[in-house]
Amino acid sequence: MNAEFTAEEIVFQKDVREFMQNEFPAAMKQKIDANIRLSKAETVRWQKILYQKGWAAPNWPVEHGGTGWTATEKYIFATEMGLVGAPEPVPFGMKMVAPVIMAYGSAEQKQRFLPDILESNVWWCQGYSEPNSGSDLASLKTTAIRDGDHYVVNGSKTWNTYGQFADWIFCLVRTDNTVKKQEGISFLLIDMKTPGVSLKPIVLLDGHPEVNEVFFDDVRVPVNNLIGAENKGWTYAKVLLTHERTNIAGVPRGKRRLLALQRIAANTDDGFGGSMANHSGFKHKLARAEIELMALEYAELRTLAALSVGKAPGPESSILKIVGTELAQSMDELFVELAAYHSLPFLPDQFEEGFQGVHIGPGNSAAAALTYFNNRKLTIFGGSNEVQRNIICKAVLGL
Amino acid sequence: MDFSYSEEQQMLQESVQKFVHKNYDFDTRKKIMASAAGYSAANWQLFAELGWLTVPFNEADGGFGGRAVDLMVMMEEFGKAMLVEPFLPTAILCGCLISELGSSAQKSALLPQIMGGELQLALAYAEAGSRFNLANVTTTAVRKGDEVILDGTKILVLNGPAAQHLLVTARESGAATAAQGISVFLVDSKTAGVSMTRYPTVDGRQAAQIQFKTVRVPVASRLGAAGAALDGLNVVIDRATVAVSAEAVGALEALLRKTVEYSKTRKQFDVPIGSFQALQHRMADMFIECQLARSIVLRAAMILDSKDSAQEKSKAVSAAKCRIGKAIKKVSQEAIQIHGGIGMTDELDVAHLFKRVTAIDLLFGNGDFHAARFASL
Repeated sequence: MNAEFTAEEIVFQKDVREFMQNEFPAAMKQKIDANIRLSKAETVRWQKILYQKGWAAPNWPVEHGGTGWTATEKYIFATEMGLVGAPEPVPFGMKMVAPVIMAYGSAEQKQRFLPDILESNVWWCQGYSEPNSGSDLASLKTTAIRDGDHYVVNGSKTWNTYGQFADWIFCLVRTDNTVKKQEGISFLLIDMKTPGVSLKPIVLLDGHPEVNEVFFDDVRVPVNNLIGAENKGWTYAKVLLTHERTNIAGVPRGKRRLLALQRIAANTDDGFGGSMANHSGFKHKLARAEIELMALEYAELRTLAALSVGKAPGPESSILKIVGTELAQSMDELFVELAAYHSLPFLPDQFEEGFQGVHIGPGNSAAAALTYFNNRKLTIFGGSNEVQRNIICKAVLGL
Repeated sequence: MDFSYSEEQQMLQESVQKFVHKNYDFDTRKKIMASAAGYSAANWQLFAELGWLTVPFNEADGGFGGRAVDLMVMMEEFGKAMLVEPFLPTAILCGCLISELGSSAQKSALLPQIMGGELQLALAYAEAGSRFNLANVTTTAVRKGDEVILDGTKILVLNGPAAQHLLVTARESGAATAAQGISVFLVDSKTAGVSMTRYPTVDGRQAAQIQFKTVRVPVASRLGAAGAALDGLNVVIDRATVAVSAEAVGALEALLRKTVEYSKTRKQFDVPIGSFQALQHRMADMFIECQLARSIVLRAAMILDSKDSAQEKSKAVSAAKCRIGKAIKKVSQEAIQIHGGIGMTDELDVAHLFKRVTAIDLLFGNGDFHAARFASL
C-alpha cells in the first residue's frame, strides 16, 4: 500500500503547478480571492489559455482533443488548478453535453459541436429540471412534437444556470406520452436564438440572478439536432448525471478555503484582546473541518486508485458529493461566524466589478453570509443529497 | 404551575395577529422594504395607537409593564411575519437603555415621545473589533468644560438611517475592555462630525456604519453617571436578546409550518414528498427543535421577570441564546433543503425567514459566545 506519487507524477505536478502560477491571470486570481464573480469574457479567456496549452479537456478522449492523462494525472491537474483558485470550466459544455455527444451523437454532430466546446467558442446551458420535475426528473412535461423535418417544442425548464450567457441549450423533452415515463424522453440540442425561446431570471436569496426559467413557445428545432435515437434520452441523461458527479468532492477548493479561514481567524479579534485563531470553540470547529477534509481527500484518493486500475466510477461518487457539499456548507458557517456583524450588510453588488458604492466591512467579510446563503444549493443540485443517499442504499447496501 | 398566557397577553398576541393578517402580507412587506425609508411610518403610528410601543416600559415610566414575557408574546408574532419596522432598535434597545440609565428629566423628555411613535432612535455600541463583548469600547469621550468630545466608529447601527438621535457608547476612562469607564451619550444624528454610511442588511432592515469625528455634545447628554453604563447596557442587551430569541421562535415555527405544508402538496414520483420517511423524521426533528427553543426562551423570559439575581438572569439569557442558535441552524437549513430549489428563491418567504434567523443567530452573540458566557457566570 502506498499513497505516494511516482517520480514521473511528481515531475508532472511540478509542471502543472508552474503553469498555473505563471499562466492563470493575476487579475483573475485577485478577483477570485476577493469573491468577485468572473465575467463571461474572463471565464472564456482562461479556458482558451488552457486550450492553447492542450489542457482544456483532460477528461476527453485524445481523438477529440483530450490529454490522454491517467486518472492520477487528471487528479493532480484538478488539484493544482483548485489550489491557485482557477475556475473549473463551465461544466455544461465540457463536462455535460460533450460526453453525451461523443457517446451517442452522429459523426456530423461531433464535428459540428465538439471543436467549439473544446475551444470555448460556444457557451452551453442545461434544460433538465422543470417546475414540477426536480428529483423526479423523468416526470418532465416539455414536449417535442415531430412536424416534417422539425420538432416543435413547448414547455418550460427551470434552475437553468447562466442561460443568460448561453448560445445553446441541451434539453430533455417528451416525445412519447403513451409509454412509461422514462421511455418517452429524447435528448435535443436547441439554439438559444431560435424564435420562441425566452428567459426569465430567477433572483436567489443572495440577490443574484444566477438561474433562469426558460420558456419554449412553438420552438422549431431541426430534427438533426436530436442526439441518438428518439425516446432514448433518459439513458443518455443518466450517463451525463454520473459525469456531473465526478470531481464534486471539491478537495482543492476546500483546502484553499481552510487556509483562508485560518488566515482570517488569526486577523479577527475575539473581542477580549485575543484573536479568533486562539478561541477555543472556533479552533475546535476549524480542526474538525480540517479532519473531515482529510478523510474526504483519502476517500477520493481511494476512488481514484480504483479508477486507475480500470474500475468504473460507481456509487462511491455519491459519497464524495454528499461529504464534499456538506463540508463546504459547514465551512460557509465558519466564514459567517468569523465575519460576525460584518457579514450582515446586504450589498450583493459590493463584490461585482465596477461597484460604485462604499465598501462596508473589512476584506471580504460582507460576502460571508451571501456565500452561506448561495451555497445551500450545493446539497440540492446535481442530484440532491437525498437522491445520493438513495443511490447508496440501493446500489451499495442492497436495501 | 401554569404556562398559559394571561388575558392581557392573549389580547396583545391577537392584536399583532390581526394587524399582520390585515396589513402585513409578504408582498406588502416587500414593498415596505423597497421604500426609501425601509419601513412604514404609517405602520409605526399604528403601533403607537395600538399601544405596542409601551410594552417594553414599566408602569412608572408610563408603560404597559415592561415584562419580558409580554415582549416575548409580541416578538414571536413579529417573527412569523418578519416585521421590518424598527421596534427592536427604537423601543427595546434605546427605550430600555434610557429607562435603565436616564435621569428622570431625560426619561420624561424621551420616553413619551418613543411611546407616542414620534421618535426614532438607534443604539451605536458595536465596533469593528469588539465582536460580542459589550465592555470592548474604543470610541473615546473626552471631557472639555461643559462638553464631551466623541471620536470613534460604530458598526451595525440598526435603524441608524432613520434615527433622529443616537445613543452612543464611549469610553471616558480605562483600558479597551475595562468594565468601568463606559458612558452612553444621546447625540443628535445631525451633529457636526457624525457621518453615516447606510446599508440594508441581509434580513431586510436598515443599518449604518457611523463615524464620530470630534463630535461635541453637552455633558448633560450623558445617560447616568460617568463611566458607569456597562451594567445597564448588559441588562438591556439581555432583554433584547430574549426579545430576538422570541422572534426567532416565531420565525422557526413559520419555517416548520411552511415546510410541512409544502411537503404535503409537492409531489415527486407521483406521491407527496412528505410521505417519504427520510423527510418525515427530519421534520419531526425540526418540530423538536422548535419546542426546545420555545421552552428555553420562555424560561429566560420568566427568569428575567423574576426576583432572581442579575447573574442568574444573565445566565438564563445566555442559555436561551446558545440553545436557539442550534435550533436556528437545524430548522432553517432543513427548511431550505426540503423545499429544494424553490426555497432558495427571493420570491418565497422561506428564504427571507432563513436570512432573518441567520442574522438573529449572530445578534448579541452567537452560540459559542453565549456558551462561554454561561460557563463563566
